[in-house]
Amino acid sequence: MKAMILKEFRELRRDKRTMAMLIVLPIVLLTIFGYAANFTVDTIPTRVIGPGAEQAAANAPELFDIGEVDAEATTDDALAWMTDNATEVVIDTTTQPPTAYVDGASLFTAQSASAAFGRMGDQVEVDILFNPDLETSWVMVPALIGLILTFIGTIITSIGLVKERQSGTLEQLAVMPLKPADVIIGKIAPYFLLASFDMLVVTFLGVWIFDVPFNGSPWLFAIGAGIFLFVVLGIGVLISTVSQTQAQAIQLAIMLLLPQILLSGFIFPLDAMPTAIAAIGRCLPLTYFVEIAQGIFLRGAGLDALWVPYAVLTGMALLVFTAAVLRFRRDLAPSAHHRAKSKAA
Amino acid sequence: MAAWGAHGLTVERGGRAALANVTLTVAPGEIVAVVGGDGAGKTTLLRTLAGAIAPTAGEVATPALERIGFMPTAAGVWRDLSVDENIAFVAAAHGIAGATLEERRAALLAGAGLEHATERLARNLSGGMRQKLAFSLAMLHRPDLLILDEPSTGVDPVSRVDLWRMVSLAASQGAAVVMATTYLDEAERAHRVTVLDAGEVLLEGAPADVLAGIPGHVVAADAPGDPARTWRRGRGYRIWSPEEPPEGEPRVADIEDAVVAAAIAKGA
Repeated sequence: MKAMILKEFRELRRDKRTMAMLIVLPIVLLTIFGYAANFTVDTIPTRVIGPGAEQAAANAPELFDIGEVDAEATTDDALAWMTDNATEVVIDTTTQPPTAYVDGASLFTAQSASAAFGRMGDQVEVDILFNPDLETSWVMVPALIGLILTFIGTIITSIGLVKERQSGTLEQLAVMPLKPADVIIGKIAPYFLLASFDMLVVTFLGVWIFDVPFNGSPWLFAIGAGIFLFVVLGIGVLISTVSQTQAQAIQLAIMLLLPQILLSGFIFPLDAMPTAIAAIGRCLPLTYFVEIAQGIFLRGAGLDALWVPYAVLTGMALLVFTAAVLRFRRDLAPSAHHRAKSKAA
Repeated sequence: MAAWGAHGLTVERGGRAALANVTLTVAPGEIVAVVGGDGAGKTTLLRTLAGAIAPTAGEVATPALERIGFMPTAAGVWRDLSVDENIAFVAAAHGIAGATLEERRAALLAGAGLEHATERLARNLSGGMRQKLAFSLAMLHRPDLLILDEPSTGVDPVSRVDLWRMVSLAASQGAAVVMATTYLDEAERAHRVTVLDAGEVLLEGAPADVLAGIPGHVVAADAPGDPARTWRRGRGYRIWSPEEPPEGEPRVADIEDAVVAAAIAKGA
């Protein structure tokens, strides 16, 4: 038995990914859950408008972080800010009593804001926009689309590619008269199409079964999903280039998937996380897709309001996909080099 | 006709020379068997010829990639595709279609004995059938240079015969064939043999030349001699001696003994 235990430890020591899952993952999970798993929002970005803006700002509970006080702004301005996600709450003093517009798309923020205004009695009338009944499914379904795309893009794609390597057929492809681009596109296109199909199904089912509103442009959403798919497919390809077996690919994909689920604002609000943890969340592609999906589905936001997540995702797509293609090409590169020499000869 | 191959080929992997100054040539219609123990460098040599590994030094002379047929060690078939789908994919990659495809497909399937298994998934084929399918895929475009990495390893004796017949046919049709093998009886049937040991060429030439080329000679014995120069063969023993053989006696009986004797002589 002693020999068996010793053998197991020796094997484990050399299996760096399993060691990472055994040692690093618990620490990461503990840290994330300890700091990030927080449904309570401590501060809510708020603007106050109308003739009584100064006084309303002074009387607002501490929870509301008053960013802008504009006596000249109108109710239309307030609604436009909310649509653009420029702020979470606008206290509009052009009405009597003042109306507090709350972004229902930010579920936990909206719940905290409603509770705080509730404690003020009749002083403020609360109008929850975009998700008046604070339905969890309305917020979750758009984000879930991103999660499904991430799942297909990273886990399924990396498994598919590693399978080719594991069965020795990647080597076969490398010496067939196929351009590296043909191989890469040919391998990735089916996953892109399948993920797109899944996205359509989940979107229709979400709207149909859960009555999730789709207020924005379907085309804008499709473009965002397409860009996001390039990022996650790129991650899947990158995983495959550093994995020899399907088990290794799954391990690595899970290690990359877990932070995205926990830190993208999909479950826990980013605003409720410490700055450092939220900063990690801001480096993850799912964070930006969730912003885009919730913005388009619930707020009907356009590109003018969502250009930042679009720009960040586009940058990520270019970076990750280029790196993935270059890494994948490296596996096929010797043959290209060889071909060039043969032609020269 | 141009001969293909490698000259002064060195491949370093992980700071170690997997191949050191290896030269191998193969002419159209010729079969060259590459033999050697585990880690001798057979696969590295074949993969370098196929363009899957970039050499550290030396020259590789091969036809353009589309004129090379390569069968890797791991069979190189798509296990979740049927026999027919495998053929269709490789044919499409090589731009083979129509009557040409049908004619080659039928000939290869008949040669491989797979004509009744066209709908079967490659993963459900026996090891021998899978190897024959892999060979058929490598041959589909009638390559000028056919590189086969241990095509018969782990294959039953009947399938080995089939495979060898297919290899011979490919060579008779003009392909230059380089094949790694662990079966020395196969090596004896090749036109020429290259014996690798620790990345270096130990012996090279036609089988008869290889037998004649070893230093010293090998004798059969019923009892073991010097342990450093003795090995078991069947029920008896073989003993290598650095001395020249007696007048009229061969140096060695077959390739298997020649390979072992050469390895011992190298270390002596």
